[in-house]
Amino acid sequence: MSPQYDLAIVGGGPAGMAAAVRAAAFGLHTVLFDEQPAPGGQIYRAIEAVAGGRPQDLPILGPEYRRGIALVEAFRKCDATYCPGTSVWQLTRELELGIVDAGGARMVHARHVLLATGALERPVPFPGWTLPGVMTAGAAQGLLKASGMLPDVPVVFYGGGPLLYQFAWQLAQAGVPVAAILDTGRRANYVAAAPYLPAALAAGDYVAKGLRLLNGIRRHRIPIMRGVSDFQALGNDRVREVAYRQGGTTHHMAAGLVLVHAGVVANCQLTQSVPCRHEWYGPQRAWRPVTDPWGNTDLAGIQVAGDCGGIGGADAAVHAGRIAAFEAARRLGRLSGDQRDTLAHPDRLAWRRHLLARPFLDALYPPSPGTLAPDDATLICRCEEVTAGAIRAAVRLGGTGPNQVKSYTRAGMGPCQGRECGLTVTEIIAAERGLAPEAVGTYRIRPPIKPLTVGQMAGLDDATR
Amino acid sequence: MSDADVIIVGGGLHGCSAAYNLASRRVKVLVLEKHVVGRHASSASAGGVRRLGRHPAEIPLAMASIELWHRLNELLGADTEFHASGQVRVAETPDELDACEARVALTRSLGYDHEILIDKGELVRLVPGIAATAQGGIYVREDGHAFPYKTTLAFRNAAERHGAIVREGVAVLAIERATHTWRVLTDRGRFEAPVLVNAAGAWGGEVAAMIGDPVPTSPVALMMMVTARMSRWLGPTVGSMGRKLSFKQSESGTMVIGGGYRGTVHPESELTSLDFAGLRASARTVSELFPHMRHVDIVRCWAGIEGFTPDDIPYIGPSKAAPDAYHSFAFCGHGFQLGPVVGAITAELILNGRSNLPIEAFRIDRFEGTGAAYRGDISR
Repeated sequence: MSPQYDLAIVGGGPAGMAAAVRAAAFGLHTVLFDEQPAPGGQIYRAIEAVAGGRPQDLPILGPEYRRGIALVEAFRKCDATYCPGTSVWQLTRELELGIVDAGGARMVHARHVLLATGALERPVPFPGWTLPGVMTAGAAQGLLKASGMLPDVPVVFYGGGPLLYQFAWQLAQAGVPVAAILDTGRRANYVAAAPYLPAALAAGDYVAKGLRLLNGIRRHRIPIMRGVSDFQALGNDRVREVAYRQGGTTHHMAAGLVLVHAGVVANCQLTQSVPCRHEWYGPQRAWRPVTDPWGNTDLAGIQVAGDCGGIGGADAAVHAGRIAAFEAARRLGRLSGDQRDTLAHPDRLAWRRHLLARPFLDALYPPSPGTLAPDDATLICRCEEVTAGAIRAAVRLGGTGPNQVKSYTRAGMGPCQGRECGLTVTEIIAAERGLAPEAVGTYRIRPPIKPLTVGQMAGLDDATR
Repeated sequence: MSDADVIIVGGGLHGCSAAYNLASRRVKVLVLEKHVVGRHASSASAGGVRRLGRHPAEIPLAMASIELWHRLNELLGADTEFHASGQVRVAETPDELDACEARVALTRSLGYDHEILIDKGELVRLVPGIAATAQGGIYVREDGHAFPYKTTLAFRNAAERHGAIVREGVAVLAIERATHTWRVLTDRGRFEAPVLVNAAGAWGGEVAAMIGDPVPTSPVALMMMVTARMSRWLGPTVGSMGRKLSFKQSESGTMVIGGGYRGTVHPESELTSLDFAGLRASARTVSELFPHMRHVDIVRCWAGIEGFTPDDIPYIGPSKAAPDAYHSFAFCGHGFQLGPVVGAITAELILNGRSNLPIEAFRIDRFEGTGAAYRGDISR
């Protein structure tokens, strides 16, 4: 089938939008597929609706959210075709994309593909994490952005990382009672992060933002417990209280809503499904695609930009998106190598500067030991209800890798395609076998990456074949 | 110095079944698997335990194997999730009904009565929800389905309990015949044994050539889809006389859709890619035969690599070129049911020099002089 587009971009967050604006400016016939109903990605979710219809929510969401307004405006003005509400459920090495929207499923073909699928919240398994009333901080923040929804019960935050503190502050600003922040971070993390502090200070306002956030939280008198371990959510029908260990003793605390967060990891389901080559990023214990400085993967025509290529944050993603667009324009014959280098130079400088903050943040917020090695009774695969103990048993029976454990236990076979359990399963097998996670590998990711019905598959439009 | 009495190349279902059947008879077995046990067809299989519609040459083997299936969990001390929920083949036109009658007449003439004709009423009773176009078909009551990977691991673990050694991550590079012994050269060193078994699946043709028995084979990627879980509604596995279909509800409640549509094999990487025209056709078949399936989510699509032969039946039996070598590979997408019995046949051949079951039709040299080269694009 002959390509319908020069460039197909997947994802409407900062990287995807910035790339589309640049690519379209070079006259590339560009399409952007976005599973969200409006541009912005997770970070700037519903920014147009908030800015236009709910301006009272802007101060709650803070100045960083506001940065999305200009990005979305520029994207709306550009010549790229925007397809909202469109999921990409398949990508082949021949650069065919299986998409599904309200009209059904079909295949499209592009000369070049840029994946800007962002990040996923790291799954944090603990006893009770599937109880109603337990959700991720990112999901709850998404509800605030999309529809102004706020909790009306006491909230307990558990985990670590900037988003945990940011959302706690946002809730406090909105008048929601925050009972406590239970942080798994240890003193040792500060020691480990200290050498990277000068670089992080040079990266921009990352450290200053963090300190402002902490001060804001102190002003709201939200208690912060550090070095928390053995966390559990308790309750029969829904979460009623939490239990945790801190300072050598077990504590209990009433909770109406538990918001969990332990950082974000690259959403590399599409690159893994092709599959492109991936590497294990030790400091954050997660996979990311192997790329050159321009975002090219090992497979010709497949590029990544933004957090799906490794976590860099929203500001870095904008520059990464532009850099990727310059490279795509070169590959598609619109720019020479020299022109690309000249045009991309300011973005490359800015991108590298933003990334200077990562070693500090990665060292400060590593996943906690309890997240990496849950006890046997803890559910790991939520879709198929497989416990850590069942996974360890499968390893002892000869299931030497994630795909064998998957075949044996069904872990990772559910609708989420292993997004919720993949990292934990790799960690458990690695620990059980005494191997490094990169030697253990991960699930083979099978299409459809996003849900697709039998009827939609049956109606695949083949006019393009 | 021998490393074992028998070296088995290939740690799939057939290699592990041969290993179990030999080890349980006190034979010292070494299984060499280039990847991990059950990496390809043995875990990608849809898991049908089917006698229905088999090639006449396979029927005696399939009849013997079903006996083993019904007591396999006890034999192996593990749960293979075998369920004798039956197999049905649906006819949708008068011609297809005639074909059903002819088929059942054929099996009767060979002396078997496991396949029975069913009318529309019986079909609807067995397969509720089937489209009104369905007219009747063939039913085999004691057939069913099982969990392929668990079955393979059950054979492997039982073999190991009897002393078999299974080495994963050992790729065979060359095979040499020395005096009374086979030397198997691998990327992990050299192994020796007086007897060799080729159970290398889709790679069996390469191993056969190393032994001196070049045969036409081709790796084929058979595609499958699986849906979200549904509450239990389908007992038997459903096939079709006129369409490519294998449709069943697994133990977990998911619907497993196969039938022989092919993807593409990438031999170097041992990966496959899916052909969406085939998946679409497969989804259409299911939507038409089971209209209520249209709104069910597909959770996963995949293709497993399987060895095929020009006549769609496997290679089983002794080497033509060399003594003390045996083949058991290229089961053409229907080797799962035969796994228990063919391992036993291989053990009998090694220990007794003969098998009680007829295996002449599967001999390794049956295409010699015919000029048959495998045409990779033939579809059933």
